[in-house]
Amino acid sequence: MEETRKVAFICSKGNLDMAYPALVMGWAALGNGIDVTIFFTFWGMDLINKARVDHLEIPPLANASMKMNMMGVPGYIGIPQILGVLPGMTPLATALMKSKMKKLGVPPVREYLEMMVDGGAKLYACKMSVDMFDLKKEDFIDGVEDIVTAGDFMDMTEGAQIIFI
Amino acid sequence: MATKTISGKTVQVNDEGFMTNPAEWDKDIAVELAKEEGIAELTDAHWKVIDYCRAEGAKSGKAPTLRQITTGTGISTKELFGLYPKGPAKKVARISGLGKPEGCV
Repeated sequence: MEETRKVAFICSKGNLDMAYPALVMGWAALGNGIDVTIFFTFWGMDLINKARVDHLEIPPLANASMKMNMMGVPGYIGIPQILGVLPGMTPLATALMKSKMKKLGVPPVREYLEMMVDGGAKLYACKMSVDMFDLKKEDFIDGVEDIVTAGDFMDMTEGAQIIFI
Repeated sequence: MATKTISGKTVQVNDEGFMTNPAEWDKDIAVELAKEEGIAELTDAHWKVIDYCRAEGAKSGKAPTLRQITTGTGISTKELFGLYPKGPAKKVARISGLGKPEGCV
């Protein structure tokens, strides 16, 4: 029998939009019988932090691709940067993205991760980030297997295709 | 278009072995395709998934995604991966005589 293909994702970002690439690709991989490992590091720790995972956000500030067509304004008119600094803009953009995702049938990040774990994905937290942010295993959602070093990650992903996000 | 003989019937398949005409599918074919996918016996739970996929396929012309299957049948993700281990998305669609799921979730 041929060896099972393996992919490993490194999630280093905690913004809402950057949570999804590993989830979407990882879920597709599981569906196709590919082993999936996800390593969370730095800001990516928010994706597995119980206190943070339901509160991920997307700021419109300095995001050149976010145009007002998301809000139903025709064409590709930019959001003036000066507006991006106003209180309420980040929650607004976040709410918009969440509602778009919901309409597409895409589950929230917490539920998505549960699905992935149920499908056999292995989740690990980065030791250095855990120490830096003063986190403990109890701070993480169920399904995070362990806190591991970069060296451990290299060992456990031998032969895997690694995708850094 | 390639053809393949499954349980005594000749059906059209694409180069990945997915049937291209859902109307040619029947339950005997599903049993044979399941064996090819390493599933020796189709239980009631397996059939619940297949029946759902067939019904959805008839409605939309597309194979449902895994999340549509779990939501539509009430079968959990864990159970679905247990019933169709190592790649349920492709396996379920293929056994159900449909193309690969077109959605991402």
